[in-house]
Amino acid sequence: MTAHPLPQDRAPMRRYPDQWERYSLRERIVQWIWLGGIAIAAAWSVSALDIEWAFFADAHEQAADLISRMWPPRWSYLPRIVQPLIETLHIATLGTMIAIVFALPVAFLAARNTTYNQATWLIGRAMLVLSRSINTVIWGLLFVAIFGPGPVAGICAVAARSIGFIAKLVAEAIEEVDAGQIEAVESTGASTLQVYGVAILPQILPVLIGTSIYRWDINVRESSVLGFVGAGGIGLLLYASINQFAWSQAIVILIAILGIVIISEALSAYVRSRIV
Amino acid sequence: MTTAAAAYPTRWRAPSIFGSPGRRLAFWALVAAYLVWSLSTLNVDTARILAGLPRAWTILARMVPPDFGRWELLLTGMVESVQIAIAATIIGAVLSIPIGIAASANLSPRPLYLLARGFIVTGRTFHEVIIAIFFVKLFGFGPVAGLLTLAFSSAIFLGKMLAEDIENMKPGPVEAIRATGASFGQTFFYAVVPQVLVKTLGVLIYRLDSNLRHSTVIGIVGAGGIGQTLSASFSRYDFDFASAILLTIAVMVAFGEWFSDWARRRLR
Repeated sequence: MTAHPLPQDRAPMRRYPDQWERYSLRERIVQWIWLGGIAIAAAWSVSALDIEWAFFADAHEQAADLISRMWPPRWSYLPRIVQPLIETLHIATLGTMIAIVFALPVAFLAARNTTYNQATWLIGRAMLVLSRSINTVIWGLLFVAIFGPGPVAGICAVAARSIGFIAKLVAEAIEEVDAGQIEAVESTGASTLQVYGVAILPQILPVLIGTSIYRWDINVRESSVLGFVGAGGIGLLLYASINQFAWSQAIVILIAILGIVIISEALSAYVRSRIV
Repeated sequence: MTTAAAAYPTRWRAPSIFGSPGRRLAFWALVAAYLVWSLSTLNVDTARILAGLPRAWTILARMVPPDFGRWELLLTGMVESVQIAIAATIIGAVLSIPIGIAASANLSPRPLYLLARGFIVTGRTFHEVIIAIFFVKLFGFGPVAGLLTLAFSSAIFLGKMLAEDIENMKPGPVEAIRATGASFGQTFFYAVVPQVLVKTLGVLIYRLDSNLRHSTVIGIVGAGGIGQTLSASFSRYDFDFASAILLTIAVMVAFGEWFSDWARRRLR
């Protein structure tokens, strides 16, 4: 038996190169194409923005000026902002409460397994998109035009934006619900409403509560600026202080906002960790 | 016989999340008390709300049909918003890398870690519109202020997510690369980056999507984009043009969301 030198014998040598390469040539080309694409997008965006570079020259002076005007904070202003701060929290809480009430039916409409037909599913989805794609502040503009300035417009704005947010996450939870429980309840001859209440609602309840608390936390932050468009809350005073160049007053408001947002975030994180 | 019947009730009730009926009652009493308190302090003027309802109808009626006549103005504002969003995401992504490294407990020294975490907490607190006011003050009215605002908040958001990914990565590869005597840069590129890259890219795409949403509002305080046009059209009672802008924003944001979902699915 003579060992024939087969041409394949050399092939394994070629498959293991001496030098370790992290990416193949093809991977590297793809990476460079991606980087090139991002560079082009960045260049297009920045160049077309028509940047006035002169503004950058004195920005540090402006910043130093701003800080010197802000310091020391005018703490005597603090009692005046307590009421607006409470109003801000009310706007966030009431808006979230209203949103929960409306989000539940919208979520059932927008989930594939509980909607009636293609048309109702589309209506549900359209409501989600419309509610979510318009920012809370823009909703605020709209409701100020309708109800006039004040916290009512703010509450409506917060609710309008939150409905889509809560309903979207709840609809996703409904779609992932355990079908066995639905069948079990259906087999007892339960009506559709009973199936929703007994088989689906308990399964999605943690998601509904968790999402609502998370959204409430976001809404505290959002309602701090609703006053800029006249929709109530602390933003009204912040905007007024800035327009009057009362920077030592503005810093007090900013510190107060920092405080309530951090507290609400901590509270939200604590409650969610208890539930989910 | 009677005791057995009592032990197995004929009517079943779903178990309550509150545990006991007393707690359920207490919960709803609290909710009711809160509603009474908040509504009484808010000074809700019912007469004005009732007056608002017919006005709402008038405004809605004037919003239909939307007026796309000034589409050039609309397009300019929209393109500016998209440009702000893209540029801010890219700048924010670059800035987020040092922030993310500094804010991860397993890579950075303790004082730097605390400093970075404090910076992230403070920065995340303030709404984009508040940050925009400051950049408008520093850099004047226009898209630059908007670009810097979103770049700033993106850097903080992405930095926070990156730090969390770095903290959750497997320590094995880092130790293995360190054992070869690699420098910090080599450890980062060969042990950390491969572990966090895909997730970070997903977050980046998500942030592009949310920057697109935010770029539509920062114009309200003069930081460029479509928000400026929208706010002006509302203050001039130009409701048919405003509804055209709102519809365009909705379509744009829906498209951005769809793109973000699609791109993130491809990444996995």
